Amino acid sequence: MSKPTDLTIAAARAALARREISAVELTRACLDAIARLNPRLNAFITITAESALRQAEESDRRIAQGMARPLEGIPLGIKDLFCTAGVRTTAASRILGNFTPPYESTVTAHLLRDGAVFLGKLNLDEFAMGSSNATSAFGPVENPWSRANDPETRLVPGGSSGGSAAAVAARLVLGATATDTGGSIRQPAAFCGVAGIKPSYGRCSRFGIVAFASSLDQAGPIARDVRDCAILLRSMAGFDPRDSTSADLPVPDFEAAVERGVAGLRIGIPREYRMEGMPAEIEALWQQGIAWLREAGAEIVDVSLPHTKYALPTYYIVAPAEASSNLARYDGVRFGAREEGEDLRDLYERTRAAGFGAEVRRRILIGTYVLSAGYYDAYYLKAQQVRALIRRDFEQAWERCDALLTPATPTAAFALGEKTEDPVAMYLNDVFTVPANLAGLPGMAVPAGLDAQGLPLALQVIGRPFDEETVFAVAGVLERAADFRATPRLIA
Amino acid sequence: MSVDAATVKRIATLARIRIEDAALPRMVEELNGILAWVEMLREVDTQGVEPMAGGAPTGQPSLRMREDEVTDGGIAEAILANAPDREGPYFAVPKVVE
Repeated sequence: MSKPTDLTIAAARAALARREISAVELTRACLDAIARLNPRLNAFITITAESALRQAEESDRRIAQGMARPLEGIPLGIKDLFCTAGVRTTAASRILGNFTPPYESTVTAHLLRDGAVFLGKLNLDEFAMGSSNATSAFGPVENPWSRANDPETRLVPGGSSGGSAAAVAARLVLGATATDTGGSIRQPAAFCGVAGIKPSYGRCSRFGIVAFASSLDQAGPIARDVRDCAILLRSMAGFDPRDSTSADLPVPDFEAAVERGVAGLRIGIPREYRMEGMPAEIEALWQQGIAWLREAGAEIVDVSLPHTKYALPTYYIVAPAEASSNLARYDGVRFGAREEGEDLRDLYERTRAAGFGAEVRRRILIGTYVLSAGYYDAYYLKAQQVRALIRRDFEQAWERCDALLTPATPTAAFALGEKTEDPVAMYLNDVFTVPANLAGLPGMAVPAGLDAQGLPLALQVIGRPFDEETVFAVAGVLERAADFRATPRLIA
Repeated sequence: MSVDAATVKRIATLARIRIEDAALPRMVEELNGILAWVEMLREVDTQGVEPMAGGAPTGQPSLRMREDEVTDGGIAEAILANAPDREGPYFAVPKVVE
């Protein structure tokens, strides 16, 4: 048998059921890999080795009794934005200090219900605000991949779910939870050569996830392949009365959709995603993806999403506005870190200045400005109107196609420290991913090839509202055609 | 539209984030960079467009209402467990009323 850390979730599930490996062995293999590689990668903020082994022992008991649950004994990493009862949850921010939630997020509760083993909490950009994992108060995460001709330059894993993507790519975990507000699942998955899906808004409960921009935030999985994402999403998803935006819809068997194929499906190619200055390799990969789907029996149709170029500026009004409101709760009084002040107001101002990093402060200020008296209509209301037009663009596209195929990112992973001077240059990373968040649509990144430097590149599939099954079907075809087997330099 | 140092100072006060005068010029520059970029939205004709509030995709209700009733409570200790400062069953703050 291959090394335990080489197993996909589907393969581990089968190996555990056949008793070829025990859950404790599998968990130990991951913990060993974490001990060896995490000091370099910095993918974990908190490692919960003891409780992971206890969970694995319980899984072995259940397997022995024939009472295995759907994710029995599968070792996962949890983005440190999900509240985990009794385990420190930081959002990679100083301001949460040693915050230990007394409750469990719904998504992680679902995974525990299904028997998953939690290895620890994964690094991220502070409050999920970033595209490089460089804004974390716990230090940057390193991408386990490096350039073939320049292996010394350390690359970013993308963000904000950089720890999740790096941990999956380096095989420290079999899968990970992540969240995506503007691309934070899909962009790091693309940069690290792994798969990730942001489901439809409302598919996964937001209860217990530290809020960034509530109308955009969605949880989803990052995993080795498309099937593993389907397995994890089925557990993570589901209606939750404690999230008033949770969709009261049945959760389909996503895994069954992975093999469904694309024969007869119409795949839209949005012409506005052909960006000026986009590297030729990205364009070539896109054309390759189109050819794969056509060969598999899909009909390719040109579609137009005319407001695409306004998606990013719309996002950078809506998201900071919601963030400025959500992050008002960090006042140094009820939980988290506190800086003492001369009076209450001074305490607030000092606590928030010391507790938030530069990017978070910047976004709170932008958000406060666009919501302030005299500017609300010009910025916030305008952005909400453009957002409605972006959503309408997609509705019109669905009259002509069943799913959309686009590149996932405009570039491969870049070096640590690049793009840090100009905030707008960093924001452009999310140009292909943000529209799906604005419209509430499911989007998935699938590794599809390598660039000339040997770095992974990914394609994105966008689907109709709550039609993740078609997204998995298309992604499954792309994955089988691409046969992506390359591995990073740093790997368990 | 662009912001000056006085405006940034005012926004920082509204946001309750202390900002040192020395840090103002850089912040003014960064915020103006972002604001100049989002100006692009002005060219979009949004006459009569209903603003999209909430994140629900087409066909889904954006907010579900429920009965107005108590669903939780009696967990003061759990809530206070993370308080930076407390006095008995209360959060403690500097004196507010003289």
